[in-house]
Amino acid sequence: MAGYLIKRVLMALLALLIITCVTFVVMNLVPGGPFLSEKAPSPEVLAALEAKYGLDKPLGEQLVNYLKDLLHGDLGVSFRMQKNRPVTTIIGEMFPISAKVGVFAVLNAVILGIPLGCLAAYNRGKPIDSILRVIMTLGISIPSFVVATLLLVLFSVNLKILPGTGLASWKNYLMPCFALSFYPMCYIGRMTRSSMLDAINADYIRTARAKGLPSRRIIFKHALRNSLIPVVTYIGPMTAYILSGGFVVETVFSIPGLGRYFIQSILNRDYPIIMGTTIFLAAFVIVMNLLVDVLYKVIDPRITLGSGGEA
Amino acid sequence: MEEKKTKLLEVKDLRVSFFTPAGEVKAVGGISYDLNDGEVMGIVGESGSGKSVEAYSIIGLLQSPGKVVGGSILFEGENVLEFSEQRMRNFRGNEVSMIFQNPMTCLNPVYTIGNQLIEALRCHNAEVTHKEAYDRAREMLELVGIHDSARRMKQYPHELSGGMRQRVMIAMGLICSPKLLIADEPTTALDVTIQAQILELMKDIRQKTGMAIIFITHNLGVVADICDKISVMYAGKIVEQGSVDEIFYNPSHPYTKGLLRSMPRVDAEQYERLIPIEGTPVDMLNPPEGCPFGPRCEHCMKVCLKHNPPNISISDGHTAACWLLSMPKKEGE
Amino acid sequence: MKKKLLSMQPDIEPILKMNEPYTPVPEDFEKAAESEKESFITKAKSVSYWADAWRRLRKNKVAMVALVVIIMLFLFAFIGPLFTNYSYSIQMRGEENWPPFWEKPSDSVLRKAEQDGITFNKWLHPLGTDNLGRDNLTRLMYGTRISLSIGIVATLIVVIIGSIVGSIAGYAGGAVDVVIMRITEIIYSVPDILIVLLLSTALKATLTEYINSSTGWWPQFLNTLGGNLVGIFITFGLIYWVSMSRIIRGQVLMLKQQEYVTAARALGASSGRIIKRHLLPNCIGQLVVTACLQIPSAIFLESFLSFLGMGVSAPLTSLGSMASDGLSGLYTYPYRLVVPAVILSVLILSFNLFGDGLRDALDPRLKK
Repeated sequence: MAGYLIKRVLMALLALLIITCVTFVVMNLVPGGPFLSEKAPSPEVLAALEAKYGLDKPLGEQLVNYLKDLLHGDLGVSFRMQKNRPVTTIIGEMFPISAKVGVFAVLNAVILGIPLGCLAAYNRGKPIDSILRVIMTLGISIPSFVVATLLLVLFSVNLKILPGTGLASWKNYLMPCFALSFYPMCYIGRMTRSSMLDAINADYIRTARAKGLPSRRIIFKHALRNSLIPVVTYIGPMTAYILSGGFVVETVFSIPGLGRYFIQSILNRDYPIIMGTTIFLAAFVIVMNLLVDVLYKVIDPRITLGSGGEA
Repeated sequence: MEEKKTKLLEVKDLRVSFFTPAGEVKAVGGISYDLNDGEVMGIVGESGSGKSVEAYSIIGLLQSPGKVVGGSILFEGENVLEFSEQRMRNFRGNEVSMIFQNPMTCLNPVYTIGNQLIEALRCHNAEVTHKEAYDRAREMLELVGIHDSARRMKQYPHELSGGMRQRVMIAMGLICSPKLLIADEPTTALDVTIQAQILELMKDIRQKTGMAIIFITHNLGVVADICDKISVMYAGKIVEQGSVDEIFYNPSHPYTKGLLRSMPRVDAEQYERLIPIEGTPVDMLNPPEGCPFGPRCEHCMKVCLKHNPPNISISDGHTAACWLLSMPKKEGE
Repeated sequence: MKKKLLSMQPDIEPILKMNEPYTPVPEDFEKAAESEKESFITKAKSVSYWADAWRRLRKNKVAMVALVVIIMLFLFAFIGPLFTNYSYSIQMRGEENWPPFWEKPSDSVLRKAEQDGITFNKWLHPLGTDNLGRDNLTRLMYGTRISLSIGIVATLIVVIIGSIVGSIAGYAGGAVDVVIMRITEIIYSVPDILIVLLLSTALKATLTEYINSSTGWWPQFLNTLGGNLVGIFITFGLIYWVSMSRIIRGQVLMLKQQEYVTAARALGASSGRIIKRHLLPNCIGQLVVTACLQIPSAIFLESFLSFLGMGVSAPLTSLGSMASDGLSGLYTYPYRLVVPAVILSVLILSFNLFGDGLRDALDPRLKK
């Protein structure tokens, strides 16, 4: 267990290092530096600016410097969007806003998704199953920006019952959370349905029936726990999805979160913010994946974490 | 017979069909037999002969698209097929229990052995306390030959070997002291040595508890030792039925004879060859009109291909379904 | 009992007869000839894997409807533009902001048309025009074409890279396998959309720079494709081969241990023959299904990028970028957003439903 954990943490750190390097190199390959686009500054000013931010040094040295700073929790300062403010401060301001919307979305997805999947599996082949299947397939087919904008058109523009922008009251959270959670909810529903069907056809369910257990107990005690195991593995990717879905949803609903800011920083080529946010979000997702793997062990006694990390 | 035994199970003309997209498959085509209290019956047949399906219908475990389409199953005089869901639930595990072929997958992987054993007892006896159930479960584990039961109770199925798991399954089947145990090929998935141990255990349990057992297998040799009587099934029908002695020493159906010849024997002549039964079983989707064994039978006659043979009684309790038995005796033969 | 004439009661005499036991006559006990036995066995029709799969797929109504929708969208995207008089980029003065046929044109639209000497006819642009006077229907056709092409080309790239890497990892095993699997694990743990965003932004700029600054047939070729389209393809190829390669590797590993492969090897079959005769036919089902489900996710992702303004660049368009354009005029022209969004959703939905159906049809485990 300890050995496995150490191995996983090392892998995570390696992944993070690679992402940092790749991001750094990719960002520097882009032609046209951050100071070039609009009003071209004079060569002297440009040189001074580059010297100030360390951009005049060779790429390798820049990278090493960046990694050193990273170890101290320093992600540099913004070039353009909020001049000279540390990226960590900006992230610290923006992330809680995104996280609040995200947590509600995750809860919504799990709390609605699992029962819907069970309902479909339990009524397999009946009309309710067909209807739920179509809805859930629809859910994983509609991009979140479509859900978000359609909600906006319907409730904000036409019916005028929900506010379309900002995060002033709890009403503001309804549409973004739903738009964000619709895809993962349907995905979880599909997953629960199919793993539930697998579980229902398993030999141990036959044993449970032969024992004379009531069907409610068979479903909730014997089938559900087994079928939740694959759903738990989805929590990691779901975090990533919610984060990236946040890019769109925050843009559509003008929520001042990290996702919208990230998109703006890409459009504005504010390198330190792009890199800082990428590294921060990647680290977040990697840690979530790590936690999920450990959680997996708790739910499924068959997984022995000691022997290799093969999933 | 001197002592009058009570009838425990009476199956009359049971018919089970599977309604597949390709058509109706008559998995069990009208079988009848009786089972007395404390009796052990073997049901022998090759894969697909309908022996498991027959057992599943007794305990109400037939899965869609399978359906009982005719006949009756009387358990202590009550028709099992007319049980309400509630009654059926109480019947399963409590009055009749079943153990299955593959012990590797039959226990729920995410719960401990103890949890699953205790659950089996307490779902039928709500008044039993957890402590009592725990003691009873340990007692059962000891009974099936698992001696470090306290430790085993805390283990998960994947920590046990196949033979061990089958013992646990048997313990689970016995925990409510049912009157009938249905064992569906309990030894097939195990190593030969473990098979022998499990068979020995079943014999032992039979002696200790005196309950009736239906033992389903494709291996005639397995049942010889443990059973009182044997039904031989072929293509959803019982082709021969009788006591162990009658089946082994006076087989009357060519299929039974074939099975016996294809079985290795300890007392065989040194170079006696095993003779396989030629051909493959019939296509159950389009069963032939006549005797299903006809095409594979060395004695096949014209009538066999046209008409299903009737059950012919050979002696008390020994019947076989074969036209050969109603063949008029020729003079001089 | 004889059946009464004209009675509606069914005649059960012959049915009852079936229950009577048959009394054999002496001739019946003649031994049957072998040939009689032979003809007696009704042979079960053996059906090939693909025929069987196709039979099951055809029975799946949802999948068949999805297939029809996909075919119609293909026709719309690739044949449709032949029937319009416009191109996706042509801007018509005086025909800006025309409404679709179900809405009345506003006064300003009519005034503008009159100024430029054009008579308004709602069937000239059935879905109206955008603020630059481009025909929405035509743009929609081209947008669908771009989205479909991206889905298919990106999937092809993913399938090729994925199956090569996956089969190498599975077949070679050992250190090669470990290294490849570690790489896939790392790519797996990284939030993909983040990297896609980053890469496509960087590649878009780099490729545009490269195309503009160099000459020759290759940059020319890239230019006709569009710099950022190529960028999207490369990004997809770099990120999404992972799941495909894992599937192929898993299949290869499983098949390597299967008895029939051992048997084939014992019979002296070469590796090439094993791959061709045993591995591929077994992988192909999963390969097809995964590819079919990869197409919608590629379209999905492209629309996501385009919506954020990082996909195909103007004047070329995709369904995602049309929806993005529509967002700015949401309050006055909601249909400009709704129509491409709906087509996009229907497209992805159809591919997903068809892929699901294909998976059910090809999965032999469900064959019962």
